[in-house]
Amino acid sequence: MTPTAAAYSNCETCPAHAQLAQMGVSLGKFDYLVALAGNPNTGKSSVFNALTGLRQHVGNWTGKTVMRAEGGYAFQTLRYKLVDLPGTYSLLSASEDEEISRNFLLFGRPDCTVVVVDATALERNLNLALQVMEITDRVVVCVNLMDEARRKGIEVDVRSLSRDLGVPAVPTVARTKEGLHELVQTIADLISGAVISKPVHPSHPPELESAVDELVPLIEQSAPGLPNARWVALRLLDGDHKVRQALLSGELADLESQQSAPMEEISSVVALQGRQ
Amino acid sequence: MTAKVADPKTVLLRADHLRRQIGDDFRDRIVSSLYADARRIADRSVRVGAEQKWDWDQKVDRIVTSPVLGLPIMLGILALVFWITIVGANYPSQMLAEFFFVVESTAVALFTDWGVPAWITGFIWNGVFRGLSWVVSVMLPPMAIFFPLFTILEDLGYLPRVAFNLDWLFRKSGAHGKQALTMAMGFGCNAAGVTATRVIDSPRERLIAILTNNFVPCNGRFPTLIMLATIFVAAAFPPAFASFAAAGAVVGVVLIGVGFTLLASWLLARTVLQGEASAFTLELPPYRRPSILRILYTSLIDRTIFVLWRAIMTAAPAGAVIWILANINIAGVSLAQRSADFLDLLGFAIGLDGVILLAYVIAIPANEIVVPTMLMIYMGVGMMSDVTSYGEIRTLLVEQQGWTMLTAINLMLFSLLHNPCATTIITIWKETRSARWTTIGALMPLAFAFAVTFAVATLWRIFA
Repeated sequence: MTPTAAAYSNCETCPAHAQLAQMGVSLGKFDYLVALAGNPNTGKSSVFNALTGLRQHVGNWTGKTVMRAEGGYAFQTLRYKLVDLPGTYSLLSASEDEEISRNFLLFGRPDCTVVVVDATALERNLNLALQVMEITDRVVVCVNLMDEARRKGIEVDVRSLSRDLGVPAVPTVARTKEGLHELVQTIADLISGAVISKPVHPSHPPELESAVDELVPLIEQSAPGLPNARWVALRLLDGDHKVRQALLSGELADLESQQSAPMEEISSVVALQGRQ
Repeated sequence: MTAKVADPKTVLLRADHLRRQIGDDFRDRIVSSLYADARRIADRSVRVGAEQKWDWDQKVDRIVTSPVLGLPIMLGILALVFWITIVGANYPSQMLAEFFFVVESTAVALFTDWGVPAWITGFIWNGVFRGLSWVVSVMLPPMAIFFPLFTILEDLGYLPRVAFNLDWLFRKSGAHGKQALTMAMGFGCNAAGVTATRVIDSPRERLIAILTNNFVPCNGRFPTLIMLATIFVAAAFPPAFASFAAAGAVVGVVLIGVGFTLLASWLLARTVLQGEASAFTLELPPYRRPSILRILYTSLIDRTIFVLWRAIMTAAPAGAVIWILANINIAGVSLAQRSADFLDLLGFAIGLDGVILLAYVIAIPANEIVVPTMLMIYMGVGMMSDVTSYGEIRTLLVEQQGWTMLTAINLMLFSLLHNPCATTIITIWKETRSARWTTIGALMPLAFAFAVTFAVATLWRIFA
């Protein structure tokens, strides 16, 4: 689905361009929306290709997925739309990639977010997984590159990982499609409620937690229906400009109406206009 | 605060108040609790086997990214790739050219038998079809060899090492280290290289990468460079060394291109795009065994066929335009000849000639067709020549058109530096959405091309 030329240029000239507001995603004729997040070079694009049958370019270097790739797959009569987000190490700082991923998780409202992690570098990859879990509860962790881990003599206890994180974790080797059926099944189970996720939230020092607790009800009043007021509170306490503006301009409160906004190409968000 | 509906400003005020109470190390504190949690969880679920295998990755990296050996190894690999391409492409190119020529003469004979008017036969077969067959036979074999080799390096994980090796050079010139990666993509296609600059976050550094991407020769220009290197440089060496000399010359041109990339980046970073080079982390991924099927798919379908198709789409109309220019006569002189004469003085000043410049004007849509266009105008018979071997091209250029070593060198330089093709210009527009930067992106290389070739021609004429 491509926006018309007029809509496109309107988006381009809108002052709110490249901010949170424009990340609305129309669900089209898909039953569920699944986001793929992960560190760079963890095989995210391989997972995407294996599931969708598309052939998005895969290369052994970081930062290939500069556009948000979209594709779909069907599983047990339901259709899933899969969105491959740019690979990022975190969702905290304001780099373009991180913002695209973050905004999509926040405003695209995926039914499920798959965080692809590198089994050979689990600790570093979990940093991102934990941050995603602060934004959304519906997370499946896909522990990819299990073959490389085995080759390096690294064993990952996926069940223990899943228990500690509070979300399902599935071991995979995306290149050989190992474990992908289980992944798809887990995504379906999580969405249907057959599997319940209770993600752990990083335990912050008590004075931070009390500040968060104080802000959360205020935010919920200001933007009713916002599912992740806790995350917004953390961002506000960090002085995050984009989130401040989103709250001020009512974009956070308007989340519901964002759902039906026309889909917009990430490429235009990345365009330099208005940023020179 | 008892309001039922908190308005956003109140929330922000409260947040700011709390933020001041907490102190400004907030970010550090959440990050450290995040990292602590990640470490705790990872420690509980990961066991590293005692018999951990040798870490080949690190050993290899120590060599290919070493300060001493890194660059020579890189150049060696580059030279090897070009050498394989040059040696491997020559024969299939000739076979294809001969095959297309048979098809063409058969078709022309048939058309003549059927009584089709001569100008239709000429237009279709000697114009459009010959343009197409030239592009296919000159471009397809080198691409079908070069792209898989490039993709193997990419899948193996070598590209980030290249970026790592070149990082300091780009930072010295005030650009982003990742520009080494986008430059590498530019060898495939400059338009792809321009799109790849999205990996660079800073708009300033991204613009530098966009504007200078054109200075590395894309796949469309490699056949021109390879042909010139084979005809002029290799011919000066004994046959046994000819292919090495040709590969060496192409590597030399590539190095000059990298030099101009750095020079132009440096100039931009000190004039219109001033600023500090930003730091970034570049992850060196593990070496992975490339999957053969995927390499073939990516390089042959995604890249080769894509680029070839584009060339065909532009070669067909260009072939038609050349045919028309060469066949419409005013006062007994063809339009092509008139335009070439008009450009001749400018061409001479930069060591080329009017025909070459005219070919570049006609070939703006795609650089791939510069050489066939040029030969076709030289032949002056309103159709591309049916020369099928490099030897015949050499005879035509040197003996009939008076080419010298200066012409060859300056054509290589001009081909390397001149304005980007139409596709790349459109891509620059799409990426920057700025008429100003698009214009600069198109004209700056052209200015470089004229300045450098003019300087070389002048010096050559003074000293040689």
